[in-house]
Amino acid sequence: MSDVGEKSTVEKVDPPDNAGGPLAGQEPVTTGPTSGARTPSGLRLDIRLTILIGVLIALCVVGYVSQPETFLSESNISTMLRLAAAIGVVSVGMTFVIISGGIDLSVGSMVALASVWMTTLATQSYGPFVMVVCALAVGVGAGLINGLLIAYGRLVPFIATLAMYASARGLAERLSGRSTQVVTQQGYLDFFRGDFLGIPVLIWMLALVFAVGWVLLNRTTFGRRTFAVGGNAEAARLAGINVKRHTAMVYAIAGLCCGIAALMVVARTTSGASTNGMFYELDAIAAVVIGGTLLSGGRGTLIGTLIGVLIFTVVNSIFTQNNLETDIQNIAKGVIIVVAVLLQYGTTRTRKT
Amino acid sequence: MSEPGDVLLTMTGIVKTFPGVRALDGVDLEVRAGEVHCLLGQNGAGKSTLIKVLAGAHQPDGGEITWLGQPATLGSPVAALRIGIATMYQELDLVEGLSVAENIFLGHEPSAFGFTRRGHMRAEARKLMRRLGHPEIPPGREVGVLSAAGQQLVSMARALAHDARLIIMDEPTAALAADEVDNLFRVVADLTAEGVAVVYISHRLEEIRRIGHRVTVLKDGRTVASNLDAATTPTSELVNLMSGRMVETVFPTREESADRGTEVLRVEGLTRASEFADVSFTVNAGEIVGIAGLVGAGRSEVLETVFGARKADSGTVTVNGKRLRPGSVTAAVQAGIGLAPEERKSQALLLDQSVASNVILASLPEYARIGFTDRGRALRDSRSTLERLDLRPADPRREVRTLSGGNQQKAVVARWLVRECKVLLLDEPTRGVDVGARAELYRLIHELAAAGVAVLLVSSEVPEVLGLSDRVLVMREGRLLAEAPASELTEAAVLDMVMEGSEVMA
Repeated sequence: MSDVGEKSTVEKVDPPDNAGGPLAGQEPVTTGPTSGARTPSGLRLDIRLTILIGVLIALCVVGYVSQPETFLSESNISTMLRLAAAIGVVSVGMTFVIISGGIDLSVGSMVALASVWMTTLATQSYGPFVMVVCALAVGVGAGLINGLLIAYGRLVPFIATLAMYASARGLAERLSGRSTQVVTQQGYLDFFRGDFLGIPVLIWMLALVFAVGWVLLNRTTFGRRTFAVGGNAEAARLAGINVKRHTAMVYAIAGLCCGIAALMVVARTTSGASTNGMFYELDAIAAVVIGGTLLSGGRGTLIGTLIGVLIFTVVNSIFTQNNLETDIQNIAKGVIIVVAVLLQYGTTRTRKT
Repeated sequence: MSEPGDVLLTMTGIVKTFPGVRALDGVDLEVRAGEVHCLLGQNGAGKSTLIKVLAGAHQPDGGEITWLGQPATLGSPVAALRIGIATMYQELDLVEGLSVAENIFLGHEPSAFGFTRRGHMRAEARKLMRRLGHPEIPPGREVGVLSAAGQQLVSMARALAHDARLIIMDEPTAALAADEVDNLFRVVADLTAEGVAVVYISHRLEEIRRIGHRVTVLKDGRTVASNLDAATTPTSELVNLMSGRMVETVFPTREESADRGTEVLRVEGLTRASEFADVSFTVNAGEIVGIAGLVGAGRSEVLETVFGARKADSGTVTVNGKRLRPGSVTAAVQAGIGLAPEERKSQALLLDQSVASNVILASLPEYARIGFTDRGRALRDSRSTLERLDLRPADPRREVRTLSGGNQQKAVVARWLVRECKVLLLDEPTRGVDVGARAELYRLIHELAAAGVAVLLVSSEVPEVLGLSDRVLVMREGRLLAEAPASELTEAAVLDMVMEGSEVMA
């Protein structure tokens, strides 16, 4: 797909096209002094993505074999996706942050804070619309604080978001008095727990966030510059990109995603609590890394992240469906992270030789 | 567009100082539309700083810049690009994860409502690559998979995409093969025919002869000659203009060493693909051997390979008759080799730790008692070594960060002295060291040699190599070109050898 010609119809694009930072060119690339590289002809398959999809399918097969009647039933798939929704949305924001060369440890705490703030008695008294606005504003605000501290305060992302990790959850506990705040606005629950065209609203939201995120990352100036900021910040600066402002905005996007995730968590559990979003940072980072995004920044894909999220969701479902202990589940997750990354590492290493 | 021949840019009396260094000390430059203006000068003459001033990356401390007759300030890289000055840096400033087209238009992407106009961008990129004679490089290809030459072309296309009227090229042929160079020159000729001016920096005189129109020569941060004719000015004149640098320091006279003559280090046929090939030399006890050459000639790489930090493809390193295991720093250190690397701060020192910790770093096992470091003995030994090197203050507890450049260098040397090393490799030992401290380092290097240490040093400053060494090796493009006693060489002769395409060959 790298050769699109000069026709005006180039907007038609196969998914692996440019979304695939590190995946270009498994065809031999002439690295001799005579030229850059030859145009590949024909369809370009993406090794990394293929491996990931293969792993996902393999896990589905395992699930199906263990529970042939229920695993691939419509209700189980729907349940899996609804459970994946919040972590999936958080992972979208995390993908942006990691591609920009940073890390966000505070996503789980921001989800907790947004979920608590939108469900206080005071907020709920204004109705569902204000609750939604509140969650999104809290997310963006907290994310922006991260971004400003990192971009202009020159804090290392790890430290700035570690501070937010601690204090956002602390504030959530303070606001809620550590109690679970039940949602009394039936309108809110009716909408977010409902279906649209037979598919749960939460799944629509997940799809929408991924679609918007994909367009933002791959089709807008902002998205492409995010790769530049993470891949070579000095080059980005010399090209006239405002690297600081860009960095701040990326963390604000991560915060916004946490606000959306809070909406989903509140809808699913019908309450807001300071214990929401526990370990989301770890799950999101794991999904992003499995998806092939480099922790050092500059390369990554949202499609990979989506599959990473789905892999974990399927693993969870396999374990719950078969009534297996969570301790084994955690061990399995760890093994999957290592295996997935090693497999991809193998493909990148052979790529350059 | 200005007519060819119009004065595009003038720089008058440009001054730029960095802490401790006056990098530019009155540079004058005049560039006309449609010309290839070559900048010549030794390493450290101020070419890189001048480029950065032109590119808006450094702000000058004094002097005037005019652009098309109007006073101009180049306050930022964007400001420079906006008035039409684009820079191709020697170290490529590309984003590997982005496509060719995205790199070309980075920072000024064609867009509509925030969406990149990919079709438009790719079509434009394709046109630019065709103009550069490489239509086969697809605009959608990821830059990270291109060869160095391919990346160079992307960098060039980026300069063209800005509709630059002045393009600065910093050693653009360094990464290119011969046929690629021809292609580059064709592009440069096309550009100048359109009235674009090129400031061209190269160490290869033959290139300057082929495409250059006028030459400006820098020395010690000053313009020593300007507007020479590139085609007809004799090589000897150019070389003479570049050499004869003010020697700020008097080199101490050499005392004869006690046991001069026994061979300590022998390097035979050392080769590393695309870095250097077939390098052979010996260094005797008490002898100082200097390697002269330009940056990129492979000097530092040779040193690091001798030290085992890089693994040789072929060839051997022998110390006192014993062959070293290739690619093993441990083996080299145990055989008695020490290296004071070029990038002192990042490659040698633990800046936040004490001088003593830094000094005993390579000898920790010797200072261990049942697994614990004998701090008392470490401090005592460090202190006596510091006194021997006259490192001030001679306080082994002080943080290395607080020391001056010269004293930091001494701390690195001290590390190898406590190990009683037999071969000391010094890579640019006086870089970042102020003038007064240099004389001390020179004296120290002589003392070490007098004590029987075999010293192999690399310096980009030809007078330093000549003034310090007993014997000089000249390297160019990864090859050992000549070897001669320092007393038989002059600065002009060495410069002549290291410059590509000069008439005198070794």
